[in-house]
Amino acid sequence: MNPVFDISLHHFLIVSFALAGAGVATILTKRNAIGILIGVELLLNAAGVNFIAFNKFLWHNTTSTSTGLDGMVFTIFIIVVAAAEAAVALAIFLNFYNNFSTVDVEKADELKG
Amino acid sequence: MTTTLAQLGTDAGLQQVAPLLFYAVALVTVLSAWAIVLSQNIVRMAVYLLLTLTGVAGMYFMLDAELLAAIQLIVYAGGTLILIVFGVMLTSGNPFLKLRPKLWEVFVAVGLSLFIMGLLLFAKVTTHLPEPSATIEEANKPAGYDLVHEIGRGLLSVYLVPFEVAAVLLLVVMIGAAYMARRRAT
Repeated sequence: MNPVFDISLHHFLIVSFALAGAGVATILTKRNAIGILIGVELLLNAAGVNFIAFNKFLWHNTTSTSTGLDGMVFTIFIIVVAAAEAAVALAIFLNFYNNFSTVDVEKADELKG
Repeated sequence: MTTTLAQLGTDAGLQQVAPLLFYAVALVTVLSAWAIVLSQNIVRMAVYLLLTLTGVAGMYFMLDAELLAAIQLIVYAGGTLILIVFGVMLTSGNPFLKLRPKLWEVFVAVGLSLFIMGLLLFAKVTTHLPEPSATIEEANKPAGYDLVHEIGRGLLSVYLVPFEVAAVLLLVVMIGAAYMARRRAT
């Protein structure tokens, strides 16, 4: 088996790791609140790639009621939750912008003790 | 050894181009994801996010999850990204405004992200994954197996509870977001 030309689970996992790393770095480096939201979307996508890859390569039919679609259904719900989370986060940022005229997260320290 | 895409797939023509296609899509996905980290311009970040999301949709295509790829393109690239672009337009007086992080923050962030990637890689290398079997998976698929059909049945039978919870979540989010983002009479 050729590790370069035979695409296996590991190749997809490494792509997903790179996506997750980019997501964490984006969340930590951006000072724009929308940039942080973009980082969260990257992390959720990394999780989705993982779910689909494991579903494709490692799924075993262990019970008679299993449909073999667990990973795909999980990923559908990840996408649903990501869309919901983006809508709520942007509504919050819009309110924040109306009050402070900026989306710099460093300025959001009103509740700081 | 481990199962490869070529062993799981049945299309002989696709097997020949699969590695090249995979590396092209993987390169676009990973490079544009890291371009988001390096970019300081929020509009460029949104464009790179579009490239990343499209690349992930390509990954789903290669993993035989065509429905997921379509959902990814419609909901993520078509919906969430438009929402983010609208957010950018509504929340910045100057769309080319740069909010730069401090240098030590960049070092801490990249260091932590490299640490997390190393941790994930370590977990992957040390975990003994069960032997994947193409024959088991193929044996469970009857003739005329249709992925969309199966997922539709699954959502209304085995996965009914999470489906309903997601429906309620979307309703709550719709009302909550509309309430929070409304224009207040001052």
